[in-house]
Amino acid sequence: MADAAHDQVGEVRPDRQILSPSDISRVIDRIAHQILEKTRGATDTVLLGIPTRGVPLATRLAERIATFEGLTIPHGALDVTLYRDDLRIRGARALGPTDVPAAGVDGRRVILVDDVLYSGRTVRAALNALYDLGRPSQVQLAVLVDRGHRQLPIRADYVGKNIPTAASETVSVLLSEHDGVDAVRLSGGAT
Amino acid sequence: MIPHLLSASDLDRDTATLVLDTAQGMASAMTGREVRKLPTLRGRTVVNLFFEDSTRTRVSFEAAAKRLSADVVTFSAKGSSVSKGESLKDTALTLQAMGADAVVVRHSASGAPHRLTGWLNGSVINAGDGTHEHPTQALLDAYTIRQRMGRFDGLRVTIVGDVLHSRVARSNVALLTTFGARVTLVAPPTLLPVGVSAWPVEVSYDLDSVLPDTDVVMMLRVQRERMGDSFFPSAREYSRRYGLDVTRMGRLPEESIVMHPGPMIRGMEIAADVADSERSVIVDQVTNGVLVRMAVLYLMLSGEKGTML
Repeated sequence: MADAAHDQVGEVRPDRQILSPSDISRVIDRIAHQILEKTRGATDTVLLGIPTRGVPLATRLAERIATFEGLTIPHGALDVTLYRDDLRIRGARALGPTDVPAAGVDGRRVILVDDVLYSGRTVRAALNALYDLGRPSQVQLAVLVDRGHRQLPIRADYVGKNIPTAASETVSVLLSEHDGVDAVRLSGGAT
Repeated sequence: MIPHLLSASDLDRDTATLVLDTAQGMASAMTGREVRKLPTLRGRTVVNLFFEDSTRTRVSFEAAAKRLSADVVTFSAKGSSVSKGESLKDTALTLQAMGADAVVVRHSASGAPHRLTGWLNGSVINAGDGTHEHPTQALLDAYTIRQRMGRFDGLRVTIVGDVLHSRVARSNVALLTTFGARVTLVAPPTLLPVGVSAWPVEVSYDLDSVLPDTDVVMMLRVQRERMGDSFFPSAREYSRRYGLDVTRMGRLPEESIVMHPGPMIRGMEIAADVADSERSVIVDQVTNGVLVRMAVLYLMLSGEKGTML
């Protein structure tokens, strides 16, 4: 999930591009290889993207794995909005799609896919949402960017890029499916 | 931004679309699940305050609140202190003291939910007040129409029957015209409200002539409890002129659908064969009712009061 802007103190630094379109494509290829290696061929695996931008990332990973190994991995979307712990504070949010592959999650290895890993609260919500759908044999986490500042004991199994950030900075992940362009940008923060 | 849901005309097109989209999201979140319950409204209290009997609406709201893990308290007037003469205001103050986050109210007096908003901090949701409004029914009808027809713009909706006493008709006229549908009311002249000419609808007394130009036909219940026998000569005559039987259904275009808010009087306003036909979406309306009410509760009870709706 994209991060909200924070209040700024002092001069605001200009936007910096962290990943270019070709970087993103290489990162996705690498994660696809890592998934194949770590899961020894990715059999019985389901990729579930967390809306909004986790969903196209899950689709891209499934496509790359299909290209590398000729293996079709079921992939879908898991909306976690109704499981969030900040609905009382921040109000209702628009719901995203939930689309779990027909085979379900029971007894399978589920890899959750998201764009940014930050506080860990979205992943916490995703774990709860997932266990209401069924009982996976194992759950792993793949993220494009890990920006730190965890508030819960959660870590990713596959990380595209670690970006050390200040809490006052904003990481924007742009994907061509939603934004017309592939890029990861860092904005805000004091100079 | 509305803190309460009292009338379908409180909803502009964007807000109403948000409710329908959220209901669709609820449907997608509820399918293929082992656990048919979401933790979204855990710790919130929804009070169902029913001064009038209504099993289906009450059960629908109860199911919606429970699927979102809210605590549900049902307060029905029969056998309560209301029947001992307690006023609406005192009942409201009791609920306020108990910390109700939302009050779903059904009352025989038009405007009762509106009065409650002055006495309660929580959100008030109108579940039918007298002959005035029933906004969640209109929302679930709109959801069902969108599900089957895929659009509202230019859609021709015919509402048939006791419009005078029907809060369902009033709310549907408001919401469907907001969405851009064309509404025609068909009823005996005695069952049309005074001032109907000012409504954004067409009026006809002849069902047969309207049916060939109808995409959605919405039958209303004849509310015998709200009228003497003086509104039409006999049930048989009403049925012959305004009832939907198989022959009449044959005049509808092929893709059109038949709706009824229930409870149906089979054989009078709608023939059993019509109610059970493929065109009937009456059962879908019930299923969708829970989803739409989940959406309304979610949007109204998340965050500070009225932050989304």
